Amino acid sequence: MASDHIVTSYDEELTELKSKVSEMGGLAEAQLENALEAMQRRDTEIASRTIEADFRVDNLEQEIDQFVVQLLALRQPMASDLREIIVALKISSDLERIADYATNVAKRTMTLAHSPQVRPAHAIPRMARLALTMINDVLDSYADRDTQKAIAVWHRDEELDEMYTSLFRELLTYMMEDARSISSCTHLLFIAKNIERVGDHATNIAEYVYYLVEGKPLLQSRPKGGENEYERLDLPKSQA
Amino acid sequence: MEEVEKSQTVAGEASKPVPPAIDHPVKMRTRNVNVHYGEKHAIRNVSLDIGEREVTSLIGPSGCGKSTYLRCLNRMNDTIDICRVTGDLELDGENIYSDNVDVVQLRARIGMVFQKPNPFPKSIFENVAYGPRLHGLVSNRTDLDEVVKQSLRRAGLFDEVKDRMEDPGTSLSGGQQQRLCIARAIAVGPEIILMDEPCSALDPIATARIEELIDELRQNYTIVIVTHSMQQAARVSQKTAFFHLGDLIEHGDTPQVFTNPRDEKTQGYITGRFG
Repeated sequence: MASDHIVTSYDEELTELKSKVSEMGGLAEAQLENALEAMQRRDTEIASRTIEADFRVDNLEQEIDQFVVQLLALRQPMASDLREIIVALKISSDLERIADYATNVAKRTMTLAHSPQVRPAHAIPRMARLALTMINDVLDSYADRDTQKAIAVWHRDEELDEMYTSLFRELLTYMMEDARSISSCTHLLFIAKNIERVGDHATNIAEYVYYLVEGKPLLQSRPKGGENEYERLDLPKSQA
Repeated sequence: MEEVEKSQTVAGEASKPVPPAIDHPVKMRTRNVNVHYGEKHAIRNVSLDIGEREVTSLIGPSGCGKSTYLRCLNRMNDTIDICRVTGDLELDGENIYSDNVDVVQLRARIGMVFQKPNPFPKSIFENVAYGPRLHGLVSNRTDLDEVVKQSLRRAGLFDEVKDRMEDPGTSLSGGQQQRLCIARAIAVGPEIILMDEPCSALDPIATARIEELIDELRQNYTIVIVTHSMQQAARVSQKTAFFHLGDLIEHGDTPQVFTNPRDEKTQGYITGRFG
């Protein structure tokens, strides 16, 4: 990519921008990984460390914002350079959201760890693994400018959406069976929703990577998993 | 001396760049334009449509042929002995190189503004009045006054010079002189204005005024501008044509050319990677 500008300092700046985005990606990914581990192990230690570390992602986002503004003002980028810079700005804002969701998961883990354990919702660890793979792959696709990989991530979000929908149903059943589990199940539901949102942000990043490389938006319509996302479950007659 | 030949079209060769969807009617249609300076083949098979009442910018590295192409459009190259232009160049469907075309009349229809402001060594008034008088466009002093004022107004200069019309044109600042030259071009009622790097001798403020003026002028005139500043091309034009070594590489809507050029060479040039 940016390796052959006449002005070499411009190349260096673009390389620096790219590595800042990758660094932020690694950090956001680690935050999510830690939050999910904390949740699965009911480990408040890891959870609180994750919450505390969120500022590092926020700081990097601000650094990238400032760098982008500076590049736009001083270099007046065109064509692929312009896309490089705009896409860095957009990806960093999605990464910041991903890290926020990680923090959210960690915060709910703090509460959950002090509540009685509900029946394991098997889909959550599976969702977590999938979301982490998506982040990992989409960051690779950004580093390697690999649109095929980006498109694969983009398609995999469907699976995550479906898992979320089935988990939603599962948790509602638990809550109906035992009202004492409502509090914990609600937290788990929010956690699942957060993971599902992480997938959406990974999808956004995949779209930016495609735009970065191809110069045009990824226009296919994405299959949406769990088409009836907002389904309802009625109480059995006996309890109604 | 001029020599015009009907070009012998080699099918395919001339239609390399994909033309953009022209949403304005074609004002000038050029096909298979070739220019030779003696032995040097300066322009190769360039086919380009210039849309009416829009700004087309011609960009490319020095020596790419953009100015040469511009000068074909009003037969300025006729003044160079060793220059030979071939191909079809039509203004409103009429071949501008045909024998019965009066070159002086043609240049009244297709005015030109140059890189360095070049006012005549006469008063501000006379600079603008010269053309209409020469072409017999006015019959009395009142009409002439009106044409001069109107032209200066359109060039955005009137308010700055209305109280000093008898001062020499050369007493104005560079930016004002350039606007005076634009007023002079406008005064003969052209349909097209060709601009050859009109801002390269001006400071950023004077440049901004000319750019603002170009934006206003395109309501009434077709404009073709050669510029070394890609930012300027991006700011003022609706269509951009990129030339390289005498070839037209790419011609498209300005936003497309500057965000997602189709050709590697265009990409290399506008991002500053050109070796």
